[in-house]
Amino acid sequence: MKWQKLIKVAFQSILKNRMRSLLTMLGIIIGVASVIALVGLGQGSQADIEKQVSSMGTNLLIIHQGSSFSGGVRGGTGTQASLSMEDVAALREKPLTIQYVSPVIRLNEQVIAGKKNWNTAIEGVSQSYLNIRNYRLSRGSFFTPRDIKAKAKVAVLGKTVVDELFPGQDPVGTRIRIRNVPFVVVGVLGSKGQTAMGSDQDDVILVPDTTAFYRLSDGKAIRAIMVSAVSEDLMTDAEADVRKVLRHAHKLPEGEEDDFHVRSQTELISVASKVTGTLTALLSAIAGVSLLVGGIGIMNIMLVSVTERTREIGIRMAIGARGGDILIQFLIEAVILSLIGGIFGIMAGVGIAFGIGKATGTSVVVSTWVILATVIFTASVGVFFGFYPAKKASALNPIEALRYE
Amino acid sequence: MDVIVLENIHKVFRLGGETVRALNGVSLTIHKGEYVAVMGASGSGKSTLMNVLGCLDQASMGGYRLEGLCVTAMNKHQLADVRNSKIGFVFQGFNLLPRTSALENVELPLLYSRHSSGVSHRDKARSALDKVGLSDRMDHHPNQLSGGQQQRVAIARALVNDPAIILADEPTGNLDSKTTLDILSVFKSLNDKGITLIMVTHEPDVASHAKRVITMRDGIIIDDRNVDQKDRVVAP
Ligand SMILES: Nc1ncnc2c1ncn2[C@@H]1O[C@H](COP(=O)(O)OP(=O)(O)O)[C@@H](O)[C@H]1O
Ligand SMILES: [Mg+2]
Repeated sequence: MKWQKLIKVAFQSILKNRMRSLLTMLGIIIGVASVIALVGLGQGSQADIEKQVSSMGTNLLIIHQGSSFSGGVRGGTGTQASLSMEDVAALREKPLTIQYVSPVIRLNEQVIAGKKNWNTAIEGVSQSYLNIRNYRLSRGSFFTPRDIKAKAKVAVLGKTVVDELFPGQDPVGTRIRIRNVPFVVVGVLGSKGQTAMGSDQDDVILVPDTTAFYRLSDGKAIRAIMVSAVSEDLMTDAEADVRKVLRHAHKLPEGEEDDFHVRSQTELISVASKVTGTLTALLSAIAGVSLLVGGIGIMNIMLVSVTERTREIGIRMAIGARGGDILIQFLIEAVILSLIGGIFGIMAGVGIAFGIGKATGTSVVVSTWVILATVIFTASVGVFFGFYPAKKASALNPIEALRYE
Repeated sequence: MDVIVLENIHKVFRLGGETVRALNGVSLTIHKGEYVAVMGASGSGKSTLMNVLGCLDQASMGGYRLEGLCVTAMNKHQLADVRNSKIGFVFQGFNLLPRTSALENVELPLLYSRHSSGVSHRDKARSALDKVGLSDRMDHHPNQLSGGQQQRVAIARALVNDPAIILADEPTGNLDSKTTLDILSVFKSLNDKGITLIMVTHEPDVASHAKRVITMRDGIIIDDRNVDQKDRVVAP
């Protein structure tokens, strides 16, 4: 029989029992919808994290003080496990693999502007921090090497700080007070939004590292040093160089552990994607079970359909249908039933994913290959669960089938 | 030419421990263009014979040639193809597909046909319906047709593939006497065009329309005679 005819016959039979067909598809619809929604949200948050990390700079290395075995008992005495301005200077000088270096001296302070005040993070950084973090300026300018040399009391504000302290105004040129030290606002940073973990990257004030170190931090240690490698390919070399320079600067003898640790952004990506990956896999397994249940539903209804249509099968056989013709007819019906369920499921799943995405602020990525894979999978469910009933139909004896009441 | 040659056909059914000998050595030759009525009491093996002739069932023993082809040696696929291309079946209960137009019912055997001719399915089905006088009811569904009309659709379906033979198992069993005559006149006109027909009936009136009457009892043929044309009952 021709394909168009087979498909037409299958549709006729599905449409003849609309309600029953819909209920049969429900399992598939729910299964597919949850798979599509979960994968869409999983891939979306994955993309969020990657975007976030690449906005930080993919060739970024962050050096923190302390052993990577935090909490472990460290041997050795004498060496103070802290990062210093000398470390920053040493990193700036030597390695060819390193492009930019900036210390990050971080404090949380109450900032006052006129009658308003706001608690925010003050970061003492060097001029190259702008390049390292891919910051843009939306207003004014960044501080200059001269400002850094002079420990100038200048500040660049993040967007959130501007919104809190200077709603609707241009703050450039005005004064703010940090720890009672007056600063002049010279620029405003372009917005970066939230991190994947939900912290606000715009809630920050940048000041020259020297100013922070000598005027604000009470000699507190440098919290971190950010280094950018010349290129992404040189990340491992850059990391090795950083370690060499710092071990030398800290005078660590051979065999002694590092008293600092270096992290890269790619490392963060892989951790984050591992977490979302496992989560997606787990939830997809649950969704897979509902697809299985849906498949069993299809098998059940196809068995009913074969019984109901025994006489029709007998007629078709009497006029020359082979067992194979009958098999194909019922198989196609099962596949179409399952495919329609799959298509409804995809539509519902995409809808749910975008709904949840909108409500929670996560991105949703529905890739064509996921849809394609789902379509192929639901078709396979139809074939798999439709085969037994179809086989049963094809094996009927024509005389007995014709006699069936 | 011999369309059908049966040699010593036996059919045995086993029901639990009991064996039923439905056909007990039937030998029969039917020539092209014959119009045969098969009579006999209920349970005498008429339907079993028709099922064997129609390749719906296979004999337990004996030889069956249809247009020279040895049917007894065929597998399921080949039997299906023979049913499709060489045999037209007409049942007592019409056996049309419900919710399917007359035209589509008649087309059905063509859909399973493995060798297609140049003529379109539609045209073949139309001309078959024309031959049974139903060209004005092509789009009607079985539930919109009378019993006689449904049986005529079934005859058109049996005709559509130009079979070697048309087998009808009590085709008028569900019809009133007037409609019975309608169907018999359709058969007559088909036979006049050279189509070979075998029809089971237990009514002598119906059988008398055939040219040859075979009588069965307990799975064997006990009488086989040509009907003298003068004896034929003429429809009023
Ligand atoms: N599938 C079957 N299983 C067992 N016995 C059968 C079967 N088909 C027919 N028979 C038996 O074979 C005999 C002939 O039946 P059948 O050919 O239907 O008779 P008829 O059509 O002349 O009334 C009967 O005794 C019937 O019970
Ligand atoms: Mg019978």
